[in-house]
Amino acid sequence: MSRTTTDLEALAAALRAAIGADRVISDRQQLRTYECDGLAQYKVIPALVALPADAEQCAAVVRACVAAGTPFVARGSGTGLSGGALPRADGVLVVASQMRDILEIAPDDERAVVQPGVINLAVTRAATPYGYYYAPDPSSQQICSIGGNVAENSGGAHCLKYGFTTNHVLGVELVTPDGDRVRLGGRAPDAPGYDLLGAFVGSEGTLGIATEVTVRLTRLPESVRTLLAAFETTDQAGAATSAIIAAGVVPAAVEMMDALAIEAAEAAVHCGYPPGAGAVLIVELDGPEPEVAAQFAQVESLCRENRAFEIRIAADDAERALFWKGRKSAFAAVGRISPDYIVQDGVIPRTALSEVLRRIGELSAERGIRVANVFHAGDGNLHPLVLFDAAVDGETVRAEEVSGAILDLCITHGGSITGEHGVGMDKAKYMPRMFTDDDLDTMQLLRCAFDPDGLANPGKVFPTPRLCGEVPGRHKGVHPAQEAGLAEVF
Amino acid sequence: MPADRTLDQLRAAAEVRPRDVPAPRPAAPGGAATGDPGHDDGAVVRTAGEHDTIAGVAARYVAAPRDTGQAAALLRAAAALDLAVTFRGGGTKQDWGSAPRRLDLILDTTALTGVVEHAAGDLITVVRAGTRLDELPATLAGAGQQLALDVPLPGGTVGGAVATNTSGPRRMLYGTVRDLLIGVTLVRADGVVAHAGGKVVKNVAGYDLGKLVTGAYGTLGLITECAFRLHPLPATVAYVSRAVDDLAEAGRLAGTVRAAQLVPTALEVDAPAGERARVTVLLEGTPAGVAARAAAARRLLGADATDADQPPGGWARHPWRDGDVGLKLTAALSGVPRLLSDARAAADRHDLPLALRGSAGVGVLYAGLPGASDPERVAGLVDALRATTGAVGGHTVVLTAPAPVRDRVDLWGPVHGLELMRRVKQRFDPDARLTPGRFVGGI
Repeated sequence: MSRTTTDLEALAAALRAAIGADRVISDRQQLRTYECDGLAQYKVIPALVALPADAEQCAAVVRACVAAGTPFVARGSGTGLSGGALPRADGVLVVASQMRDILEIAPDDERAVVQPGVINLAVTRAATPYGYYYAPDPSSQQICSIGGNVAENSGGAHCLKYGFTTNHVLGVELVTPDGDRVRLGGRAPDAPGYDLLGAFVGSEGTLGIATEVTVRLTRLPESVRTLLAAFETTDQAGAATSAIIAAGVVPAAVEMMDALAIEAAEAAVHCGYPPGAGAVLIVELDGPEPEVAAQFAQVESLCRENRAFEIRIAADDAERALFWKGRKSAFAAVGRISPDYIVQDGVIPRTALSEVLRRIGELSAERGIRVANVFHAGDGNLHPLVLFDAAVDGETVRAEEVSGAILDLCITHGGSITGEHGVGMDKAKYMPRMFTDDDLDTMQLLRCAFDPDGLANPGKVFPTPRLCGEVPGRHKGVHPAQEAGLAEVF
Repeated sequence: MPADRTLDQLRAAAEVRPRDVPAPRPAAPGGAATGDPGHDDGAVVRTAGEHDTIAGVAARYVAAPRDTGQAAALLRAAAALDLAVTFRGGGTKQDWGSAPRRLDLILDTTALTGVVEHAAGDLITVVRAGTRLDELPATLAGAGQQLALDVPLPGGTVGGAVATNTSGPRRMLYGTVRDLLIGVTLVRADGVVAHAGGKVVKNVAGYDLGKLVTGAYGTLGLITECAFRLHPLPATVAYVSRAVDDLAEAGRLAGTVRAAQLVPTALEVDAPAGERARVTVLLEGTPAGVAARAAAARRLLGADATDADQPPGGWARHPWRDGDVGLKLTAALSGVPRLLSDARAAADRHDLPLALRGSAGVGVLYAGLPGASDPERVAGLVDALRATTGAVGGHTVVLTAPAPVRDRVDLWGPVHGLELMRRVKQRFDPDARLTPGRFVGGI
């Protein structure tokens, strides 16, 4: 798989000619800066880094890669947690950080048009003066990019009510893996033809690179009310969540943390959650004031009925921020109570919560590995934090076993191996546990339509990509990629 | 009558209980080849009758498989026999899109019925594709839940709604099929069964093939099962309406409502030809909340606004009848007032009685013309509407039209990404046997 130095130098020269010498990195020390994304246990130094300034330059970079038969990987802010932007040692990392302009805020259309490197929270900041915001709010929203959100179909605490990135992206301009520039969707809904936009969002950089994104802006809610309820057990907190959903309330968010996660958050950010809590629930309602007022009282009483021993109601934005501070800092906070940890992301039907938590507890006890639990309780998206010390012999392996067993639990309960972090490099090997060979083969048909040569982020999402061939089906011939000596790329 | 070898082969295929259809994984929606109702003795495959036509094109055979496995066996046989296939559910939208270039077999989904699963606590359901959309409330309402999809044409099936991406007024709050479909079971043109998505709402594992087949008019594969997210039924609803004299005023009112803090479920304009237009706001929620918001909506709409707990006539239906011309017009939100008034002006110029109705709150309008309208005039109006929708970021699509109009107009208009769409079609259906010619660009 090694490419000769001459090949690389030729590609570097082609890239410099296409987008300017200052936008191409080939120095080993500088390349090292890009060796991982948010999943830092995987590290690969890319052969080259390209920093295109605009869509045309991005297309030029991709065309140069295609001409050289070199794989490319797109990267936004590099905050992804599944290794989706992990570079290829033989490939070009295409970084969107130079494409950071908000091109338009159009409150009358309830739309914003942005470049892919724009930070998620920046869209909300730009729209707020007009009374709007951008709803998808991953915990990394202060640093993650819209392009990365599109690639991963990012969620967030408030997607229970408002949906995910895919529900808020109305159009993209992308560079296809051939280097063509194509527009999908637009400012109006329901563009005629296949919903390729829907297929592209969440495709983790395997169908092309977004160079411009049109997103929906959502009206800022008239009223937001938040409560924090403390329970003795996660079962009680889970029962309260079920009662809220069964009552027909759709909260903006329902978040749960268990005792270990609370302990970590206290150590890190002193959020002052009720002492002695075995679980806390953060429930947020938003919408028109009369609706929120009516439903908030109902939520409060449902928490009490399910044995919440303390309920705090945020009196103002500052107190609300404090409630959320503990939750939003939870991933990093476990660093205070454990030298190393794995952030897991799995989904179960919400009603299986109690049983799955019990099994996680058993796994933890069996393997001697602590697990702190943080979840989007409203939609069954678990984020178990598997704690270990890499310096202790065998702990890393046992932690990985527990982490994998948790994913198996999600699958056997009819859930998913990822709710919002993506498959990326990290979970490609789990895909065959969730999908049949035929399912994966069918997804590959889409991949082959966009990327017959398999150059766009190869090795991510799918464990064993198929060779595309000219056209699948009855008229198979000798595979051209094999003939051309490219088969090893797959 | 001479023996029909193709018919025999299709029948033989339907009788073989396939063993190589993979059992569904827990994460995938529903089950292939298990627990299906209605194993009566009725023939699965028959020769086509006089009504078995698709947009005027006659089929030779009709097959009505009873489960995903049987559908897969039939599609494998159709592939081996090089038969062109069109899928049919309730048959309510078979006049949509262009006529197929080739047609041998209609694969009828009306025996693929029933709710496979309704997990009320998880707010999801898994439904077989031939189930009528208007039968779902009987199952779901008991748990105080709904699949929040409007039914513009009564009698349509779940699979048909997904394949043609139909929607109605409540899309403003709940979204459309693409926002509600969380998992899908497909049978490919070559008879391979595939699943995508699953049974949980939050799931980013693998490509979202559910979105790919939504609105694909059955040109990529047969949808046999769908998993949907559900919503709670609202405790209270209110329809606040006001009649207005001109469409510019309707558009302006819609903008006012949108900018307020009402969070409407729907914001509709209904403008029949030659009558006053009406703006209607649908509010849903708690009794106290809806009462307060309805009062606010009346203040915004004006002194003569009224409210009711039942929808006005024609609500959620297309503004045309069988045999008429039906169009879909889209616009960026700021362009809705212009689209409304320009569409009316263009219709007046072409002396055509254009009925307009749709979701001013999301930028989607439907328009109807009498089927007997002069094709030349209709073509002129479609050109004018395309110019207007194009200028406001949208599209004009002729969903259905009588043959003389079809022959005269381009049904779809300009399509972005057509080359990529052709490549997708070629991968999924390399021999172009699934309703060839029905979709955009002759796909």
